[in-house]
Amino acid sequence: MDYRETLEAHAKAIRQNTIRCIATLGIGHVGGSLSIADALAVLYFDILHVDPNNPQKPDRDRFVLSKGHAGPAVYAALAMRGFFPMQWLDTLNQPNTLLPSHTDKNKTPGVDMTTGSLGQGFSAAVGMAKAAKMDQSPFRVYAMISDGESQEGQVWEAAMFAGNQGLDTLIAFTDYNQMQIDGTVDEINDPAPLDDKWRAFNWHVQMIDGHDVVAIRDAILTAQKATGKPSMILLKTIKGKGAFFAEGQVGSHNMPVTQEQAEQAIKELN
Amino acid sequence: MKLTDRAMRDIYGDLLIAYAKQYPNLVILDADLRKAINLQPFANAYPERAINVGVAEANMIGVAAGLANMGKIPFTHTFTPFASRRVFDQVTLSVAYAGLPVKMVGSDPGIMAQLNGGTHMCLEDLALMRSLPGMVIVEPVDGVQLAGLFDAILTCPHPVYLRLIRQDFDPIFPEGTTFELGKVSLVEDGEDVTVFASGIMVKEALDARDMLAKEGVSVQVINVHTLKPLDVEGVVEAAKKTGAVVTCDNHNIIGGLGSAVAETLGEHVPVPMQRVGVKDHFGEVGKKPFLMEKFGLTATHVAQAVRDVLVRKNT
Repeated sequence: MDYRETLEAHAKAIRQNTIRCIATLGIGHVGGSLSIADALAVLYFDILHVDPNNPQKPDRDRFVLSKGHAGPAVYAALAMRGFFPMQWLDTLNQPNTLLPSHTDKNKTPGVDMTTGSLGQGFSAAVGMAKAAKMDQSPFRVYAMISDGESQEGQVWEAAMFAGNQGLDTLIAFTDYNQMQIDGTVDEINDPAPLDDKWRAFNWHVQMIDGHDVVAIRDAILTAQKATGKPSMILLKTIKGKGAFFAEGQVGSHNMPVTQEQAEQAIKELN
Repeated sequence: MKLTDRAMRDIYGDLLIAYAKQYPNLVILDADLRKAINLQPFANAYPERAINVGVAEANMIGVAAGLANMGKIPFTHTFTPFASRRVFDQVTLSVAYAGLPVKMVGSDPGIMAQLNGGTHMCLEDLALMRSLPGMVIVEPVDGVQLAGLFDAILTCPHPVYLRLIRQDFDPIFPEGTTFELGKVSLVEDGEDVTVFASGIMVKEALDARDMLAKEGVSVQVINVHTLKPLDVEGVVEAAKKTGAVVTCDNHNIIGGLGSAVAETLGEHVPVPMQRVGVKDHFGEVGKKPFLMEKFGLTATHVAQAVRDVLVRKNT
């Protein structure tokens, strides 16, 4: 298999495991988990220097899921990389689980920051990149925010600071799926034009198809070469991508999923 | 280091520099109050370890959480309202819930906001911070105490909220006094009533003690520099000894030292108790003497609370 086929297979498996994982309790953040599956495949199966056998390795790359509600997709990727057994995915949000709805660094091996209140993980990622720069550490910090999250003022506080500090080891993504809980982002409070906004904050900006694994990989490699600026990769995505009951639907943010729906969606992905 | 006859911020700034060599991971952040809190000398000595995020307190707390997550020891600085209520969700999740030991300095506590007025007069920070699991809250009364507790604050594995007077303070403890984080400090012993006080209220408690001595009343004054975790043993022991308690808060009487002591006494040794503090009221602009009088925080008010509680003790 070539690169595209390999990474697409990983993205498909992340989607299938995410759907299976959410269906165990029958409800969860389907839409925003499935829209970032391709980016997670490229990160966890190509880009990130992380060690499943040593999740706290000091010089590992960091990944902060600032849109913490997409935890299930990250758990799928982490399980597939061997950070914990695949069976853990069946425990999502169950009593005493190590896989809570929103990512928690003190519970889940491989999770680098506790997030869930939108905008906060992004500031923390900026702080982590700043620490790495102070120590001249070689690793990078990757962060994932969303377009709806970009309505939070804290995102722009962090954006201004990171731009002014020239934190070029920080590579951020926006899951630009155009949807939020109550509707489409443009009808609620449109953050557009996001590319011009990030450029104005002194960031290196790329806008790509967020479901094209090769385009994602190439954008990351380009971002890694950008010096003196942090990088923002705007991922044009479709909320709920890959699940017939969720794809392109506003209601997919947090939705019920039956076993039958899950089984059919998993089959269709094959 | 000279620990008296100087502004608290001057001592604080010196302490940061003094500890910077031993702790290379010590970094400071501020939100456009570098000069006000005397952080400039540290920034001059260690420019690469001093971060001014501008007027963006939420991001300051988030960046500090990220720094702590990478092993740094970040101290954040701003006025108490912006160190607590403005960033309460950031402190709750990115710091406390995430278990990251960020040290958060809030300066000008309570009425010490003085001429900045009601908007800056934070009378609820203790109530907010006390409600966060794992949060350590310290309010040093003078330079000797700040210096005596600084190492414990810096190395504390938990997040710390440091309620810091910025300007002049009344010296209470002689140089060389030692303090233990989480333990109360006896200031003056007495037999009839215990007065618990922190920060600027310790001086008022001592002045009240002098007034009452003339009336034949013996007052024990205990300084609670660590408001959380509260020294339950120390509080209970004192209450058992004197059988009556007055608390003094430079804070709303809801949620501060008085509440912490009342919760403890209620469960362990319910003795008559009276709270001195701002009586569920917003602050307003003014200088310290006016505000102390207006909100009922003077030694005279403390002395009256002692008399009142003694009546209840003796009936």
